[in-house]
Amino acid sequence: MAKVTVDGIEVEVPNGVSVLQACEAAGKEIPRFCYHERLSVAGNCRMCLVEVEKAPKPIASCAYPVADGMKVFTDSPMVRNGRRGVMEFLLINHPLDCPICDQGGECDLQDQAIAFGGDASRYREEKRAVKDKYLGPLVKTIMNRCIQCTRCVRFATEVAGVPELGATNRGENMEIGTYVEKALTTELSGNLIDICPVGALTSRPYAYVSRPWELRKTDSVDVLDATGTNIRVDARSGEVLRILPRTNDDVNEEWMADRGRFAFDGLKRRRLDRPWVRQGGKLKPASWAEAFTAIAAGIKGRKIGAMAGDLVDAEATVALRDLMAALGSDHLECRTDGAAIDASRRDFYTFNTGIVGIEEADALLIIGSNPRVEAPVINARIRKRVATGGIPVGFIGPRGLNLTYAQDWLGEGGATLSALVGGQHRFNEVLRGAKRPMVILGRGALARPDGAAVLAAAWQVAVENGMLQADWHGFNLLHQFGGQVAPLDLGFTTGIPADVQALWLLGAEPSVVPEGAFVIYQGHHGEAGAARADVILPGAAYTEKDATWVNTEGRVQRGRLAVYPPGEAREDWKILRAASEVLGLRLPYDSLDGVRARLAEANPVFAGAGFVAHGCTDMTGPAGDAGGVAEVAFDTTVHNYWQADVISRASATMAECARTYLPQAAE
Amino acid sequence: MDAELSTATEIPQPNSFSFDEESLKAIEAIVKRYPPGKQASAVIPLLYVVQRQMKRSTGSGWVPNKGMDAVAERLGMAPIRVYEVATFYFMFNMKPIGKHHLQVCATTPCWLRGSDEVSRACREAGKLGGWGQTSEDGMFTLSEVECLGGCVNAPILQVDDDYYEDMDYESTVRLIEALRRGERPAPGSVIGRQTSAPEGGPQTLLDVPGE
Repeated sequence: MAKVTVDGIEVEVPNGVSVLQACEAAGKEIPRFCYHERLSVAGNCRMCLVEVEKAPKPIASCAYPVADGMKVFTDSPMVRNGRRGVMEFLLINHPLDCPICDQGGECDLQDQAIAFGGDASRYREEKRAVKDKYLGPLVKTIMNRCIQCTRCVRFATEVAGVPELGATNRGENMEIGTYVEKALTTELSGNLIDICPVGALTSRPYAYVSRPWELRKTDSVDVLDATGTNIRVDARSGEVLRILPRTNDDVNEEWMADRGRFAFDGLKRRRLDRPWVRQGGKLKPASWAEAFTAIAAGIKGRKIGAMAGDLVDAEATVALRDLMAALGSDHLECRTDGAAIDASRRDFYTFNTGIVGIEEADALLIIGSNPRVEAPVINARIRKRVATGGIPVGFIGPRGLNLTYAQDWLGEGGATLSALVGGQHRFNEVLRGAKRPMVILGRGALARPDGAAVLAAAWQVAVENGMLQADWHGFNLLHQFGGQVAPLDLGFTTGIPADVQALWLLGAEPSVVPEGAFVIYQGHHGEAGAARADVILPGAAYTEKDATWVNTEGRVQRGRLAVYPPGEAREDWKILRAASEVLGLRLPYDSLDGVRARLAEANPVFAGAGFVAHGCTDMTGPAGDAGGVAEVAFDTTVHNYWQADVISRASATMAECARTYLPQAAE
Repeated sequence: MDAELSTATEIPQPNSFSFDEESLKAIEAIVKRYPPGKQASAVIPLLYVVQRQMKRSTGSGWVPNKGMDAVAERLGMAPIRVYEVATFYFMFNMKPIGKHHLQVCATTPCWLRGSDEVSRACREAGKLGGWGQTSEDGMFTLSEVECLGGCVNAPILQVDDDYYEDMDYESTVRLIEALRRGERPAPGSVIGRQTSAPEGGPQTLLDVPGE
């Protein structure tokens, strides 16, 4: 530890931290542009100058290590003068277009120019002009505004793992870009917009849409992948205008994947905004009362089952379960993709190591998953671990995938997994030599005829290679959407018999619906499930309800209502509660608190929130014969990252991404 | 410096690039100089290899994008890291140039000794509009460069890899006309100076002690 005095305040900081960090520990604000906590130190903007006793010149605090007994001054005349000078140089080539700049109002340069800059310009010469660059359909560039902090270059190289951005030419002519004008091949490109301290990189879909002070900000959770990214939904006049990540070091740090950030325009298109009832073979608009009456008539005396989809919240799920119980049915299913998940124990179907636990792992085996497209933010965490710790990553799946970190390709599928189970594979040595080994099993790898065997085999690999310890749980199932775990927690795994005569689909898109069955579709977007339905009940999307979500870790998080559902659409648990009334099976809760109390009763995990690190002492594996894995190659199931769910399939922004990045798929 | 810097998309680029036999031999020798794992250090010499190969195969010594990609692949680097290096250094021509690259040193010693006359001679005899331009016949490209380190024999005109020293207007015109005829005059001082010795023969140490 080093004792440092900052403006007379004595703080003790670990050796090796920078002067800037010591100043922050003392509660002093240091202006900065190039420095970012989660990126390497560049030290090129010079804005963080401070004075250190006995140093002849001001020093750049972000790149200067502390020394014991150091005396730092952050507000001396030398510091103020130095920062004013740096700001003047930065503004020499920065255009005065704040009134038309999308960063206006949330711009580091604007704020710091007010706080630390001079009050007038002395520059009379011409400013430099820089051609705008193309970075893809999501990031808009106005390169005149670039102050060359190189945060974007470092983010692309270090966090996203796609070294495609750089600084070309030199001196006055230096420019940031890809040089070859291609779209950045990353699922994390939206974060460039957040880390750019000026308006050089802004959101293309959000261009000229709004000012930050006009927006109502609501904290919520992203459900378009299973990471459970913490988000802030910015809305104005009942319309979601943008979605930004919130910092949560346990989940997403401060990053966010592009689908969650940009697919929200799909919330305004192809919506189910009123009830529909099928009459004479055709769906006709109806009132809520007519819809409920039609349901009462349609399901009367029929054998009914219920399916939950990939984007459903826990409240709606428990209400559906209670309604089914009242109807005397326990035919519940949520594995619409056919994944052979064993829900008899929670650690069979969650990401037990925890996202933050990845940083402790010292060997990783990935089976049948492409985390880069299934959970880009979790993949960035794996990349961080590989980059800092150089841990070995074994991969079973398609050859030649670029996961953004070095991986040891072990084989394509079942045969390799079987070899690992027998302990005969060379990678067994690596796993056995590790203290904290972990396995990530893709949900897609279970959605095949031998899925149960794959699950059992992966568990056995975990058992045999010391991944299950009293204080370490190295078995992980990676889900694909934010609504997939809650229904598993609520027992939606009893299965739908083939002879079912009525189906209640809660946002579910089953591959087969029994012929002649009476189908109720409740959800927010109309796709195959709605097209087949006899009654459509318009529900609320994730930004439109106060709801509980469970991410792939099993972390319970709450999202809040940012905007009201469109038209006559309502929050889903309320729809089910209203339907129960008409069916004469009144559900015993009338308020959100009531549903949540019922949730906690149904499964105690909903009584708490967050994620509790846990180990594993019970080695009993899931049902399934570990020896029965077929020698079939694993296919990664998310082929089109940009259009993987109903919301993103309705999004124009995502459609453009698909056209850009997957020209063959868009045709 | 080039008057117009541009990104790669505006320049017609060849569709492919692969190292020829001679380049491969050179690369092998170059990469061996660096310890294993540090091959990226060879990026500058390899860019020269690309530029020379382009000169051999097309008559114009420049570095196309595909050439930089080939370097990146050979050295296990991200292509953008090669683009950064190549665009940083003026020795690498990022667009096609003429058959001969006339590089006039205009740093102070050369300028004091008449580099303005040398560049005027280049423009007039080579039919060049100005810095960074290529003559219509494709014979010459004119560049202004920083100190070439030959100040003793200033002014210097570097043609491709050769230094022509002690230049003035007339000798520059003669040199350019010779190049146009396909001749290659011997490099070095055009006034017959021996290496960097004083002009007109020895000036000091004329008496030999004991004689």
